[in-house]
Amino acid sequence: MFLFFLSSGLFLGWTLGANDASNVFGSAVGSKMIRFKQAAIIASIFVVLGAVIQGYGGSETLGKLGSVDALGGAFTVALSAGISVFWMTKLKLPVSTSQAIVGAIIGWNFFTENPTDINSLTKIVTTWISGPILGGIFAVLLFLLLQYILKKSKIHLIKLDAYIKFALLIVGAFGSYSLGANNIANVVGVFAPSVPDILIDFGFFTLNGMQLLFLAGGLSIAIGIITYSQKVMMTVGNSLMKLNAETSIVVVLAHALVLFVFSSQSLSNLFVRVGLPEIPLVPVSSSQAIVGAILGIGLLKGGKTIQLKVIGKISLGWVVTPIISGLIAFFALFFMSNVFNLKVSENPSKFIKEDKIIKEDISIVNPNNTKELTNFNIVSDKTTTVNIYKPVVIIVIVLLIVLIIYQLYIINNLKDKDKLEEYQENIERYNTQQILLENELKISTNTNIKLEKEIESKELEQKKIALSIIRKNEILSKLKAEIETLKLKPEGKLKFSDLNTLRILILENLNVEKERKSFDKYIKELNKSFYQNLTKKYPNLTDNEKKLCSLLRLKLTSKEMASILNITPKSVEVNRYRLRKKMNIKKSDKLSKIIRKL
Amino acid sequence: MQLHYLTLGNKLFNVMINIFKTSKSVALGIDEFFDKIDLGILNLKKGVNNYVNDNNEEFDLNLNTLTFLEKEADSIKRKIENEFYMHSLMPNYASDILSLLDSVDDIIDMSKDVLSQFDVERPHLHEEITNDYLELVNLSVKSVENVIPAARIFFTSPEQVKEKIQKAIFYHRETKALSNNIKRKIFQESDITKLSEKIHLRYFTLHIEQISDVAKNVAQQLSSLVIKIKM
Repeated sequence: MFLFFLSSGLFLGWTLGANDASNVFGSAVGSKMIRFKQAAIIASIFVVLGAVIQGYGGSETLGKLGSVDALGGAFTVALSAGISVFWMTKLKLPVSTSQAIVGAIIGWNFFTENPTDINSLTKIVTTWISGPILGGIFAVLLFLLLQYILKKSKIHLIKLDAYIKFALLIVGAFGSYSLGANNIANVVGVFAPSVPDILIDFGFFTLNGMQLLFLAGGLSIAIGIITYSQKVMMTVGNSLMKLNAETSIVVVLAHALVLFVFSSQSLSNLFVRVGLPEIPLVPVSSSQAIVGAILGIGLLKGGKTIQLKVIGKISLGWVVTPIISGLIAFFALFFMSNVFNLKVSENPSKFIKEDKIIKEDISIVNPNNTKELTNFNIVSDKTTTVNIYKPVVIIVIVLLIVLIIYQLYIINNLKDKDKLEEYQENIERYNTQQILLENELKISTNTNIKLEKEIESKELEQKKIALSIIRKNEILSKLKAEIETLKLKPEGKLKFSDLNTLRILILENLNVEKERKSFDKYIKELNKSFYQNLTKKYPNLTDNEKKLCSLLRLKLTSKEMASILNITPKSVEVNRYRLRKKMNIKKSDKLSKIIRKL
Repeated sequence: MQLHYLTLGNKLFNVMINIFKTSKSVALGIDEFFDKIDLGILNLKKGVNNYVNDNNEEFDLNLNTLTFLEKEADSIKRKIENEFYMHSLMPNYASDILSLLDSVDDIIDMSKDVLSQFDVERPHLHEEITNDYLELVNLSVKSVENVIPAARIFFTSPEQVKEKIQKAIFYHRETKALSNNIKRKIFQESDITKLSEKIHLRYFTLHIEQISDVAKNVAQQLSSLVIKIKM
């Protein structure tokens, strides 16, 4: 039942985590100096630590303001505060969880006709004003100190960036700790009087009821940070503080110091020992502390950047938030008690006695207001001790076994998946290789065909040369034979006719026409297929034109062709021109190329 | 609780070590990068001197050194860029700083190009303008020599940048004036008759002058960066 009623407080914690974490890490994450993951982990851990270790002071003050002694009442008060925060955020009005919860408690006081402790109320309201002012003072002092250090040290900008990142982490951790310590009272403070008297043994450490309550509240803030603060950090956080890295360190540190000052019992005690007035331990608004710090720096820089509208809005928030929250709480309590018959308070006449009992409880939690966490392990006679060490160990072991089995299953699945992927990859690789090989084969076949053609033409050339050699040999042997016969004749009997015979023989063989004919005959024989193709494609070509084609195919020059055809080179050019026309060849195309392609 | 503190402390310590290691290596890298530019610009100056005095071997040596330095500067710059992006260093000013380094890199790129153009095109520098050319190179190099310390000091004492860049801008103006004088000499007063030769010489004047233009560009980037960082 207690856990059910606590849900409204946890919801309040969640909204606080989602909204107020941006005050600590907003500018660092927004400017990408720190990754959100890092910020969320650090903020979550330190918020919980702050809540558990140092969260009692604020709760005590809230308890003095109005001890919400019934669970139903605490639930309604937290819910009313949550609703007013949510509603005012929707209306874009500056709102603080601290002021909302105070307003709701006063609303409860009014409803249950319990007197409001004016001293506590004055304390709280004073800190609402002094919080931002103190934030501004801290910010100015820290800013001046940082400027002085930076001027003196002459650190390399890149190294300075590293120091700033580290400082942002440390200051953020401190800020989160202070946020948890100070603001946990807003979240679960109203449940403090109703917390069951219980002591849970975790084996390594024990936590009492109050510590468990603060742990739950701290965890709800942490969940708020992890689940929803990123959006706020990227938008609200960044727009709230458009500051450079150095200034944002100062602002966050000043804010953290304000929260710390108003939540540290030890510091308050130190003040008393030195003779200074006691510091009131009150939950203060972290947003207002931040705004105070920014205003402080703005004033230091000349005050030009200060926007009076913002100050006006904040002041309005201070007045409006508690009133709205108080009204909502009053009507919600009326509704809960009359419609659902929910017990929102113990008997008012008994209240004063109950208040004393609660105060005693708190003094158990925080005896003599001097000791913090270490003394909360004091166990009264009424305390129920629950040893959850063994069940926790068993649960952890079971969880570990389940986790291992699950991991093994995933690894196995991954292996199968990997194998399948590997197999598919291999198939793809083989297919690609096959296509590549086929392409290569095509290319090589084409090259082979070309080479074969080349070889054929080379063979033809060789044959031609061989034929001309043979012919020349024949002539020479004929000449030799004739000379031999003439040699046998006695001297003086050699006639002119004999020499003439020799001359005729030479002339016969020099006879170009004859030679050309024999050459044509050979060429025709050797280029049978070429002639066939030529006739097929161009049937109206004359024999002379075909001869010209065959000579063109042999890549002969016009001069060479002219000597073979026994015509002038100019005639060869004219014949070529006619041939082009007959074959219908374009000007851009080469005649010899087309013929060679046949 | 103690366990919590230990693990958390350990994590923070590791994060801190990583951040510091990277920042140290980047800071060293930036210094090394500026060293290369400084050396490169000196090689340009010496190279042109050697070209004018026909010391071909030494000129080749200068050109080779400058080419090597340019490559080195490029690789250092790439490394710095990677570190900036990977570790999101100075996220608010990263793009400005990287663009500054790009402009500084343009100085050594341009210097190498100029010297290699001397090598390839072999311009004929007439006696009457030889000294002017040497002075032009000297002034251009001086504008760079003043802007590099300004870029260096920007990373440690940004408030002192202004003093340094004043000198660089002064030398840039001087370079511009001398370059105009040389061009006037070439086209109006000298004995050079061929237009091709005149254009060729003007082209070299322009390239030497452009080195100081880049130096001025770096100076302007630095002054705007200082304002940005101080805001």
